[in-house]
Amino acid sequence: MKNAVGRDIPDFLLKDGREVYQGKNYMDGKYIRKASPRTRRCEKPRESKIVDSLAQALRDCGAKSGMTFSFHHHLRDGDFVVNMVMRAAIEELGLEDLTIAATSLGNAHDPIAAYIEQGKVVGIQTSGIRGRMGEVVSAGKLKTPAIIRSHGGRPRAIEGGEVHIDIAFIAAPTSDCVGNCRGVGGKSDCGSLGYAMSDARYADHVVVVTDCLVDFPNMPASVEAIDVDAVVVVDSIGNPKKIASSAARISQNPRDLMMAENVAKVIASTPYFKDGFSFQTGVGGPSLAANLFLEQYMDQRGIKMGWAIGGICGPMVELLKKGKVGKVIDVQDFDLDAVNSIHRTPGHYEMSASQYANPANKGAFVNKLDFVVLAALEVDTGFNVNVLTGSDGVLRGAPGGHPDTAAGSKVCIIVTPLTRGRMATVCEHVVTVTTPGDCVDVLVTDYGIAVNPLRPDLIECLDNAGIPHVSIESLKEKAYSLVGRPDDLEWEDKVVAVLEARDGTILDVVRKIKPYQPEG
Amino acid sequence: MEILKPAAAGTLESSDAQVTVEPGENGIELSLTSSVMNQYGRQIKATVLETLERLDVQNARVTVVDKGALDCTLKARVECAVLRSCGQSAENIPWGGAIR
Repeated sequence: MKNAVGRDIPDFLLKDGREVYQGKNYMDGKYIRKASPRTRRCEKPRESKIVDSLAQALRDCGAKSGMTFSFHHHLRDGDFVVNMVMRAAIEELGLEDLTIAATSLGNAHDPIAAYIEQGKVVGIQTSGIRGRMGEVVSAGKLKTPAIIRSHGGRPRAIEGGEVHIDIAFIAAPTSDCVGNCRGVGGKSDCGSLGYAMSDARYADHVVVVTDCLVDFPNMPASVEAIDVDAVVVVDSIGNPKKIASSAARISQNPRDLMMAENVAKVIASTPYFKDGFSFQTGVGGPSLAANLFLEQYMDQRGIKMGWAIGGICGPMVELLKKGKVGKVIDVQDFDLDAVNSIHRTPGHYEMSASQYANPANKGAFVNKLDFVVLAALEVDTGFNVNVLTGSDGVLRGAPGGHPDTAAGSKVCIIVTPLTRGRMATVCEHVVTVTTPGDCVDVLVTDYGIAVNPLRPDLIECLDNAGIPHVSIESLKEKAYSLVGRPDDLEWEDKVVAVLEARDGTILDVVRKIKPYQPEG
Repeated sequence: MEILKPAAAGTLESSDAQVTVEPGENGIELSLTSSVMNQYGRQIKATVLETLERLDVQNARVTVVDKGALDCTLKARVECAVLRSCGQSAENIPWGGAIR
């Protein structure tokens, strides 16, 4: 069945009430029943929950084949915990038919690809999928289609019982002996633990894995001991160099700066750019550089930013310290400046993924966003964005908070160069729709700006401010004139990944790619 | 042109292509790998074959390792490798003739 973004969703996926994507806000006002975990009472006082090994923790939590284990990605590409836990489960306990439900997965998790090929891991639910794992899933080696969700879609699915987590693993930079966890104070600090919060509350069992045991009570705790079954102390939960970069530097690339300046111009041309406005930006080159230009406009007009959310990095913390933004609410930290600021700089708070972006609760922060500035792998002439699959059809990205912030914000700006190498970023049809075009408002490229025709109000703003803009079709043609018109990808029937819209409907599927092989 | 000795042009940098030509006897034997194979493999192959035809290369083993080069880059790398292989890359390059 075709959905609202024109994607053909196979009927076999449309069972148990699952629907195809119907458009923005389709689920508004509907009721859901929240799931509740089956948890073990720890009534008898005990001095400590520390167990000797991951294998012991798994046994204590009744780990068996067929279970779903959850993980969070605050340790980013430095993470050791996913591989460590899966190795203990598969190689020490001999478990199989396991499903990994992670907030995201990356290149750090290449070893899991082998477990997929061996059929030990049969399900993957994640936002990000990259590296070797992206390749083996794209090659159809995972037994069930991977399920890709946004950062807001995941807590929705957990709270609604669509994902039942048997054991949640919390990678904790510090923990006390009963499992109060924080993201700071240890040797592998990551700052916020926002993505782990729903997991801890909704999983049947929770295991904390830490490399820095601290005195009880470890306060203020991001994940609380009341939800934790066991604590395992390991030598290292991750490589600090890859967890948080030393400082997210603002790009010096003139192309990035030009695009960033245009992003700031667009923002400043709208009526939402007034004292107390709210903002989120990504950490990609031009997105991050937009901060710099935006600050100049704020100074000129004598206004301040009310609050900012998201993955947080140094430049935003700087604005907070300078008093130019009132509050920063943080679900994940990208660099040491942000890690060292959370809970310390007044006004720098932590939030859960549900509070950040869940479309099924009653007040996610994204719904109050004025502006979000995001990157894209591809944008098509319907303003649909792909941030999941490469132009070659292989899984190598993550929707992350992209669809959530795009849907919630008043103005969603995509900033991307028109071409990357030989790839046309602006194209006729994106490989995979990860953010539907009805949520995307403005596209800023190095060859021009295009405004979604669904937003005549913004077109008027740009016109009044004298900001030139063109049709998205003309940008696409410009891109193809530079790099040539690509051939359509060829696919097999097999579905390797299902892309859920943030509301739980099906936005797109990724099929197994049929690679082009030149003969002779 | 006749391929007299093995020769190469180009690099493995992003947006470039490395083209190697070697003497052959069975027409054009093309081996192609590309970082953009699924979308541009056919076009790359066509561009390489057209360029060889324009240079009147009848027999050669040609290896192209493409890293997302534009068509103009591909042509230039093929031309340079062929001219190097027959010792014509230093002078009397047929600009505007076979090379355009």
